Amino acid sequence: MSTLERDPDDGMVQVIDEEGGVVGDVPDLSEDEFVAMYRHMKLARHFDERAVSLQRQGRMGTYPPLSGQEGAQVGSAMALAEDDWMVPSYREHGAAMVRGLPLKETLLYWMGDERGSHIPEDANIFTPAVPIASQIPHATGMAWADKLKHDGETDRAFICYFGDGATSEGDFHEGLNFAGVFDTPNVFFCNNNQWAISVPRERQTASETLAQKAVAYGFEGVQIDGMDPLAVYKATAEALEKAKNPDEGERRPTLIEAVQYRFGAHTTADDPSVYREDDEVEQWKAKDPIPRLERFLRGQGVLDDDRVAEVEESVREEVADAIDAAESTVRPDPESMFEHVFAEQTPEIRRQAEEFAQLRERHGDEAFVEE
Amino acid sequence: MSTPEQEAVGRTATMSDAMVEAVAHEMRADEEVFYMGEDVADYGGIFDSTTGLLDEFGRDRVMDVPISETAYLGAAVGAAQAGMRPIAELMFVDFFGVAMDQIYNQMAKNTYMSGGSFSVPMVLTTAVGGTYNDAAQHSQTLYGTFAHLPGMKVVAPSTAYDAKGLMHNAIRDDDPVVYMFHKRLMGIGWLPAPDGPKTPVPKEDYTIPFGKADVKREGDDVTVVTLGLHVHRALEAAEMLADEGIETEVIDLRTLKPLDRETVLESVRKTGRLVVVDEDYRSYGVTGEIISSVAEADLDSLEAVERVAVPDVPIPYSRPMEDAVIPGTDDVAEAVRSVGE
Ligand SMILES: Cc1ncc(C[n+]2csc(CCOP(=O)(O)OP(=O)(O)O)c2C)c(N)n1
Ligand SMILES: [Mg+2]
Repeated sequence: MSTLERDPDDGMVQVIDEEGGVVGDVPDLSEDEFVAMYRHMKLARHFDERAVSLQRQGRMGTYPPLSGQEGAQVGSAMALAEDDWMVPSYREHGAAMVRGLPLKETLLYWMGDERGSHIPEDANIFTPAVPIASQIPHATGMAWADKLKHDGETDRAFICYFGDGATSEGDFHEGLNFAGVFDTPNVFFCNNNQWAISVPRERQTASETLAQKAVAYGFEGVQIDGMDPLAVYKATAEALEKAKNPDEGERRPTLIEAVQYRFGAHTTADDPSVYREDDEVEQWKAKDPIPRLERFLRGQGVLDDDRVAEVEESVREEVADAIDAAESTVRPDPESMFEHVFAEQTPEIRRQAEEFAQLRERHGDEAFVEE
Repeated sequence: MSTPEQEAVGRTATMSDAMVEAVAHEMRADEEVFYMGEDVADYGGIFDSTTGLLDEFGRDRVMDVPISETAYLGAAVGAAQAGMRPIAELMFVDFFGVAMDQIYNQMAKNTYMSGGSFSVPMVLTTAVGGTYNDAAQHSQTLYGTFAHLPGMKVVAPSTAYDAKGLMHNAIRDDDPVVYMFHKRLMGIGWLPAPDGPKTPVPKEDYTIPFGKADVKREGDDVTVVTLGLHVHRALEAAEMLADEGIETEVIDLRTLKPLDRETVLESVRKTGRLVVVDEDYRSYGVTGEIISSVAEADLDSLEAVERVAVPDVPIPYSRPMEDAVIPGTDDVAEAVRSVGE
């Protein structure tokens, strides 16, 4: 039976438990793929720790940490085929790095260099959304467009990430409803990390699960253990397959609710001690996706001390190199802000850019810097 | 910055304390007043707009809502029509888009659409402004956007004193009021305010009428009209210019709707020279409105005019680039010099 058709009363989908013991069907991944999954997760965690510390040192702007959410991000992103698309929120840099977005770009983005917003052509990642849930209708529209362009057939799917808080927005409801009606090849992936800044999941909706909301849109919804990367991989892979090749009478879209926890602050500008207890954080840390996968892979003989040390070393190097590269990038020319307002510069924007250049010429850049 | 009577108060407050004090006062005085928004309860508002309110009034009157702006702004409209006096906070003005129908088609028009059967006595509080590197979707003021639409009053205080008086007035007003508070003026630890906004503030309640601009500094040579954070930048520029022998009059609009055109006109008749400074986009905004109002009423009074505003580009994330687009003290001073030439 498909994971997606699971009876909700049987609880969330799990493949490995908190100790890394097998409790479900292990997805068919090669040894290299398992190691890659582990490495991606370690990379995301280490990147996250360094990023938070860069912000603390004043070397980066406000940054939204992802620690605790690596299992959901990496497990789902690894299930994507090359042609599939990812439509993320602001917290999915872990998923984006799996898709090949260079760490340096992510750093530039959060360092406030707009060139970090530019996405490499073949990565198939849409711009991260900042206004909550606004990306959901985009994902539906992108998937719909692909279907229209290919006479109703499609061989790619569009995964859209958003948080638990986002499910309260009209854009969530309207975007999923639309997907149901037009039967678009979408996977709606909800990273339920229990908190929307200071507001807990249970004050966001009276629904027992977020997954059950899919019933109202006429397609499947499934709740999975989002800190179990194998359960995440498996459910996402099945949902992507269904989006591309549904069985007779089956609807393409799926809503996946990946239950997980944000270990850190909402962003580096947030202080979670105002609204949640350390005890709660500790309880969730026991479910940490990284040691969990590591225990499983050690049990399978795929990882041992040497390989773990190797991964750790290479991850440290990769992040350090990316930070060096980002920090040694020459600052953008201020006039570049006039470049991408429109696809092609309009005469009025050109005029304002020239006026701006003259001001710089006349006064020098020091005159603009305000504290 | 303050009058002698204000100085006599002897107690100063930050803009956020002043706002909260007015809200708390009105909540004590009137059972129908309540506050709702995202992260306004336990968190006290991410820009300190509701600090301490939960402790005093409890969860029935200080409510965290789901991230459903259409629902809670719409619910505020409904509650207001049913006779309550809701204050609903939109965390950043930048996010008005997801609920704009509720704001400009419902909140602003239901009085008219019902032929006066209903009024909508609510306050929509919202954080505005940049200068702290929060990128294009978190840094706008959108003064012009809101002031453009009929049916709602729009205020933007620049000092603690004004913030309190305008808040009392906003809550007591029978029409919807958009209360735009600038993040940089609130006096938040991680977002240091300039010196100006922390002013003497009386403990007791008082109102500041809408549609009454405030001359924050008198001068005979050039009129600078502005609002919000830029009142302080203009005052700073005026100090610099005084050393050069140019006397600048600084007018703080305080309310955009209704707009006090009279005070502006009077000043321009005196100085003949007008500079309008705005932290909003240049085209179709406050700068254009003020200049055309003066031109329309008394074209002959205008000898020279200049506007200083954000170019028509999304506000960049990058610190030096953001500093470059948001008018600084030097930009204001330069504009004053150029009209004074
Ligand atoms: C339309 C809109 N309203 C409010 C905000 C302010 N805001 C930023 S993040 C956030 C919480 C989002 O929570 P959730 O969807 O659970 O995602 P998470 O941050 O937990 O990943 C809020 C309210 C916003 N960005 N956009
Ligand atoms: Mg969340």
